[in-house]
Amino acid sequence: MADISLIDRIICTAARAWINDGEVLATGIGVVPRLAASVCMASLNRDLMMTDSEAWIVREPVPIGPRSGPLGDYQVQRESHMGFARIFDNVWGGKRHAMVGPTQVDRFGQANISMVGSDYARPKSMMLGVRGFPGNSINHANSFFVPNHSPKVFVAGEVDMVASVGYNPARLARGWSLDETVDIRLIVTNLCVMDFGGADHAVRLRLLHPGVSVEQVLQATGFPVEVGAGVGTTPDPSADELALLARLDPHNLRGSVMAS
Amino acid sequence: MADKRLSATQAVAQLESGMTLGIGGWGPRRKPMALVREILRSPLQDLTVVAYGGADVGMLCAAGKVKKLVFAFVSLDFIPLEPYFRAARQAGSIEVMEIDEGLFMLGLKAAGMRVPYIPTRVGLGTDVLKRNPQLELVGSPYDQRDWVAMPALPLDAALLHVDRADARGVCQVKGPDLYMDDLFARAAKKTFVSCDELVESSHFSQGDEARYVYWERAQTTGVVHIPCGAHPSSCAPLYGFDVKHFKEYAASAKEEGGWAAYYERYIAGGEQQYLERVGGEQAVRKLPLPVF
Repeated sequence: MADISLIDRIICTAARAWINDGEVLATGIGVVPRLAASVCMASLNRDLMMTDSEAWIVREPVPIGPRSGPLGDYQVQRESHMGFARIFDNVWGGKRHAMVGPTQVDRFGQANISMVGSDYARPKSMMLGVRGFPGNSINHANSFFVPNHSPKVFVAGEVDMVASVGYNPARLARGWSLDETVDIRLIVTNLCVMDFGGADHAVRLRLLHPGVSVEQVLQATGFPVEVGAGVGTTPDPSADELALLARLDPHNLRGSVMAS
Repeated sequence: MADKRLSATQAVAQLESGMTLGIGGWGPRRKPMALVREILRSPLQDLTVVAYGGADVGMLCAAGKVKKLVFAFVSLDFIPLEPYFRAARQAGSIEVMEIDEGLFMLGLKAAGMRVPYIPTRVGLGTDVLKRNPQLELVGSPYDQRDWVAMPALPLDAALLHVDRADARGVCQVKGPDLYMDDLFARAAKKTFVSCDELVESSHFSQGDEARYVYWERAQTTGVVHIPCGAHPSSCAPLYGFDVKHFKEYAASAKEEGGWAAYYERYIAGGEQQYLERVGGEQAVRKLPLPVF
């Protein structure tokens, strides 16, 4: 199917992040992660829970975009209240898997959305702050979506502000193990899919999107990536998945995620 | 019987320079913006601001009122990066205590519970510990591990905005999310609440109205009746946030003298003029609720 867009392929492969999670809260921050979680909940893992991205758990994923055209009559199908305070109750209990979009990621999977620059007192670029990354990362599973795979994102050293915990033994507190504090599943990018299944949790290449070479990924990553024998090609989405995507994003917001 | 009604000017007159001020709401949602504007018009300075920040934090930074900021994020959501907060950080003009959203909540909770800290795993392994050397680890008496001892975040005063309140300080929030407003009210020595509607106490006895009251009136020090007092942030279900106004505000940060011009146009002339210049109460009440 040559006419499958890269973004649809990425979303449908990212959707597999939650496939074996059972009954957890799936949170996708941003258009692609949210659509990926939505596709998963609507087809691959019907036990997932999602919110309306405001304050309610819903029994079906909420389509994205303005409530006009095909969404003119859409009614959010609420299941329970889920304000921010209750989100933290859920986070701290661990039954959640979030897919987020960090600004920087390092070889340990430590991620940053706070600030960029070497001087914390005067950041070169101030961004959001650490938000919920510290708590998310030490309490539940996380995956990353990176639309612009480059050494600026996948940095050579440690990220400028470690907002989320990674597989870095040097940062373990007394009495804790990496298995208890870190659970990073997938990194989905515009080039490939990676995980932390290499030696000592090294980043490992799993899937290449059609037309992308191993060399391209290595060039675009600031740290070494393990390349084993089992690197595959990101599969085509099924016709059902594409139909689902069209229903979940009828205004095609996903079409402008990767403008370049 | 207590009558807690006062004007915004009277409420702000009870604040002092150097105080630690909590501001309720979340990003661009249900912020006590009219009270913030009153602070902008006042001589108050050297404030320590504790907030899930939006334009409240940005404006206070722009006006040079902030000595220190306790935050997990500052964002307008649909405009992810708050321009005046960014400028203040990048100029190195404010001290910060940057913590996780949940740690922030635990700090308020600890203050309200009058305990010095709450133990948590949140923050372990991150630069939140490195950048906040005052955050200590504690060994648990029940296991062989270290935990983050999130210190209480006691507030000299909290500023909140609610849908409606009565003169005794019974406050009602009907929006889908309370955010952490109840925790702010409990963490503060004094809590000043602006309300869109001032109602008779009998209002809360009807139907299930009392279900939407999340803290006792003993936690409310003063009630300020300011229709549209959350604008340009939202006060769902009464009105959504003002996308156009936020865009104009954010654009002002790109102009030389942009803050001074914004201040002159919207803040200097008082709240009545503000409401006129943003289109009036009718127009604000018609601002659509956001779709997420």
